[in-house]
Amino acid sequence: MTALDELEIRVWRGAADGHYQVFRAPRRANQTVLDVVSWIQREADPSLSYRFACRVGVCGSCAMTVNGKPRWTCRTHITKVAKDGRLTIAPLRNLPVIRDLACDMAPFFEKWRRARGRFEAAISRDDPLVPISPDSLERRAADAAVECINCAVCHAACDVVGWRPDYLGPAALNRAWVAWNDLRDRDRSAVLRAANAGAGCGNCHSHQSCAEHCPVEINPTRSIAGLKRAGLLALLRGSL
Amino acid sequence: MISAARNHPGYWAFLLHRLSGLALVFFLPVHFWVLGTALDEAAFTGFFAWTAHPLVKLGEWALVMLLAVHLTGGVRLLILEFLPWSEGQKARIAASFGLALLVGAAFALGLV
Repeated sequence: MTALDELEIRVWRGAADGHYQVFRAPRRANQTVLDVVSWIQREADPSLSYRFACRVGVCGSCAMTVNGKPRWTCRTHITKVAKDGRLTIAPLRNLPVIRDLACDMAPFFEKWRRARGRFEAAISRDDPLVPISPDSLERRAADAAVECINCAVCHAACDVVGWRPDYLGPAALNRAWVAWNDLRDRDRSAVLRAANAGAGCGNCHSHQSCAEHCPVEINPTRSIAGLKRAGLLALLRGSL
Repeated sequence: MISAARNHPGYWAFLLHRLSGLALVFFLPVHFWVLGTALDEAAFTGFFAWTAHPLVKLGEWALVMLLAVHLTGGVRLLILEFLPWSEGQKARIAASFGLALLVGAAFALGLV
């Protein structure tokens, strides 16, 4: 047990072959994990590397492994995760560690590209807007998945990404599901082909670790199941 | 290195499904071998006498549990993948395991 006014924090230092370093920081009534990491960097060791930007759960850059779980640190309160005053903070799983708590996000976003998770317009800005009903099946499916903040928590939580590093993963496939449901896209079947390719949605084991840990409560397993169904239907129709 | 956070029902369900599947893979060759002994009446009757042993009965019950867990878990996955998504996946995990337990209990009642 640590003192009531103090936190004991083990922080990952170095790259993949690093080690944990123990710090002590003051415990405050209202304090997030990111506050504690920032305190360490400002007051104890300015060489600590970590990443953050908005501090309010919008930008998705501050995700780390906190006491064994991938979390957005800016909106994770100490009272929720460290009742006994002890914290272990590590970088995210399944991504190359650059240094300390900062991961290389390049492989993560490369997968978004491979999953064709981007919008390609069928018409130009000079054409009239195509009306999409808010009640349409596609619009509602896209709505449920579109608010992803790209934090890579799901990617770190996914067992299949750990087993097969080239697997597109829950975030990229969730994004592909949004693109597939965007009726304005000029080539939706290209999205479905990319998402159903070798390292694509067919690899998902539906453990639902992504949905379990997503900080904004998106359910990538639902999106991936949707891609599997759409892919199978397209295959049966000979259009995949 | 950093280990995965796996302590949630979706992962428990996966583990049960995978382990029951593996155990059934080891059971199948034995099953075929027993069926093979039916060609020789004495051997087959001898085997049946052996199945009266309480430990074998327990093994039979375990086998039924494995089959029930794998079947209900498999049906749950097929529903998850092929039917439109519905919320309450954890309730479905509990329901599929509960159904398997029910099958196991019914079989145990038949055994005694």
